[in-house]
Amino acid sequence: MKKKYIGAGTALIVTASIMAGCGGNSSPQASSPAASQAPASSSASESASTGSDKPFAGQTVTLVTANHPWSEAITPLLPEFEAATGIKVKVENYFEDQLTQKLTVQFTAGSETPDVFMYRPLQDGQLFFKNGWVAPLDDYAHKDPEYDFADISPSAINTTTIDGKLAGIPIITERGVLYYRKDLLEQANIPVPTTMDELVEAAKKLHNPGSEMYGFVARGQRSPLVTQLASYIFSEGGDFITDGKASINTPEAVKAMTTYGNLLKDSGPPGVLNMSWPQAFGIFAQGKVAFLTDADSLYTNATDPEKSTVSDKVGFALFPAGAAGSKPVNVTAWSLSINERSKNKDAAWELIQWATSKENVLKAQQKGNPGARTSVWNNPEATKSFPEELVPIIKQSMENGVGHDRPVVVSVGEARDAVGEVVMKVITGDKDVQAAADKANANLQAIIDKDSKR
Amino acid sequence: MGYNWINRNLKWLYILPALVFVLVMMLFPIAYTLWISFYEWSMSAITPPAFVGFDNYISMFKDERFLDSVFNTFYFTIVALAAEMVLGLAIAVLFNRTFKGKNIAKTLFLLPMVATPVAMGLVWMLIYEPTIGAANTILKSIGLEPQLYLASMTQVIPSLIVVDVWQWTPMVALILMAGLSTLPTDPYESADVDGASAWQKFVHITLPLLKPTIIIALMLRLIDVLKTFDIIYATTQGGPNFKSETLNIYGYVLGFQYFKLGSASALLVIFFLIVMALTLALIWTKKRLEAEG
Repeated sequence: MKKKYIGAGTALIVTASIMAGCGGNSSPQASSPAASQAPASSSASESASTGSDKPFAGQTVTLVTANHPWSEAITPLLPEFEAATGIKVKVENYFEDQLTQKLTVQFTAGSETPDVFMYRPLQDGQLFFKNGWVAPLDDYAHKDPEYDFADISPSAINTTTIDGKLAGIPIITERGVLYYRKDLLEQANIPVPTTMDELVEAAKKLHNPGSEMYGFVARGQRSPLVTQLASYIFSEGGDFITDGKASINTPEAVKAMTTYGNLLKDSGPPGVLNMSWPQAFGIFAQGKVAFLTDADSLYTNATDPEKSTVSDKVGFALFPAGAAGSKPVNVTAWSLSINERSKNKDAAWELIQWATSKENVLKAQQKGNPGARTSVWNNPEATKSFPEELVPIIKQSMENGVGHDRPVVVSVGEARDAVGEVVMKVITGDKDVQAAADKANANLQAIIDKDSKR
Repeated sequence: MGYNWINRNLKWLYILPALVFVLVMMLFPIAYTLWISFYEWSMSAITPPAFVGFDNYISMFKDERFLDSVFNTFYFTIVALAAEMVLGLAIAVLFNRTFKGKNIAKTLFLLPMVATPVAMGLVWMLIYEPTIGAANTILKSIGLEPQLYLASMTQVIPSLIVVDVWQWTPMVALILMAGLSTLPTDPYESADVDGASAWQKFVHITLPLLKPTIIIALMLRLIDVLKTFDIIYATTQGGPNFKSETLNIYGYVLGFQYFKLGSASALLVIFFLIVMALTLALIWTKKRLEAEG
């Protein structure tokens, strides 16, 4: 009895996978050589894999990914890659903080694995690259003209370039945007805020804690908030570091940090101090908040009907302009790179080239992962799944955005805690923000000074 | 030689695996930590570790964040431990009687202990969510003011203590139940003859006889509570604003987020000494009590 079910189940799975293979073959988009080969070679893979088109057949590449929608989009496609190249891919998946620790420990110990890894260029880039753990990719990237390296957005490449060397291929880009509730603004007859003052005003108006409606939410945890605070600081005309000197006690930065902290203190929901993005999006998706500022790449958390009760009422707007205009962060959040000690660098590059090819960037982007390829952004197919009004905002933010979202130093974790302290002081009602900013600035300067001695 | 040699040294051979394990897995890491604690090392491949003597220790005692984390560790430990011991004893005494459905109640009651701490941390995070969490929904339904729990700088440690007490009181109760079941019955019988009240029996017979077991439970929990990491990391990561940062969390941040391995090691050495001192004090108390008894 039981055996029968197992047999039937296997048959079902086999049939389903055959049908899936056929589907891919007959689709008109699959005209590139890699894709049309995939179904053919997968049927032939039972017999001996032969031929010079598979120079890396039999090699194993370890890929470490973060727990991110991009990994969810790419991992199911890996069998295609394995079939086309004969390379076996071993995937390991970690939550983002654990990922950095795992990689750091492994690299310090001189490990040859993973071969390919996903990392955050702004968080880990300096540490990884200056320690010589990352293989420069410049030569690989220009080898195959069909890969079309020039198609990858220069500002995204800029984020992953350290000391003139290409340390990673951008896979996820993100920008700071304003999320808002269309229905609430309409009801209250409030226009979509275009400046910071308008946002503060509108958030106050829509803030009604008595009936559990709050005006504004964003990250309030000391370290996670820094990357979102960055858009506020840039839009006021400041920066974390200016000409190699810490500059978070400048009038511009202090104004931005005060605005951010006050928005959370005066118009935020209870408990902002323990909120990172999952909590902030969570409460926005519960329909309890009117405005949210965070990365555009996380938009599905607000618009996916399975995660959000207000999925059809979410609007997007350009980051509100401060004294210096609208200058949101526009960064490469994640990129792929090769371990300098990897034994299979060429096979590893094969994998990166495949994962960041026009075709697969398109596929990942169709699942809601904003990539870095210009041609893909210009392809209406790629943005189909994106909310319609978000696309022009993304394109505009790519033009006037700033290429970093945290102090770019080796000890990023320490620097973020130093900056975040000022906002903590604002949220908890400390009046002397300037004093807190001066102290934090000294701490940040000490971190920068230590870097220069490395 | 072979057989005879083995025969003569058999006792050493038997303990060899255990000895190797202790040396490699316990003594070596402690010694290595001690060694690193005298160096400044930031996991950098370019700048090698630099010997700095006691600098890491000296700067530790000037570091407000370290002193706060010592305070947080003791605050958390003392309150959680006291609550777990009192509740655990009460529950053990309750389960020592016979009543209907006792076994089912016992099993249900032990469940929190079996659950994975990190998963439970995430569940409690949802319960404590200020706007939509269960805790505030209940408070509001009975007309009380909603609270901030983990997001409040003053309530965060008490909130975490509740989680720890919820999860680990069963273990204290379990140990004490085992202790209770070994108590002789004759003192109770003679107390009954003398007409002692239930409270008198508890204070003058049960407690003194149970003392060794209580101290063992206390010691096991003390070490565990001191090094609590999982539920704090899963819920607040030491926040808000470091207000729930215990020694263990700060050590982790120093080591794996700031990559200051020397400072992290110095902190761990201090932490090790604290745990050691407290444990020795407890063992000493236990011996003294046993000598008295």
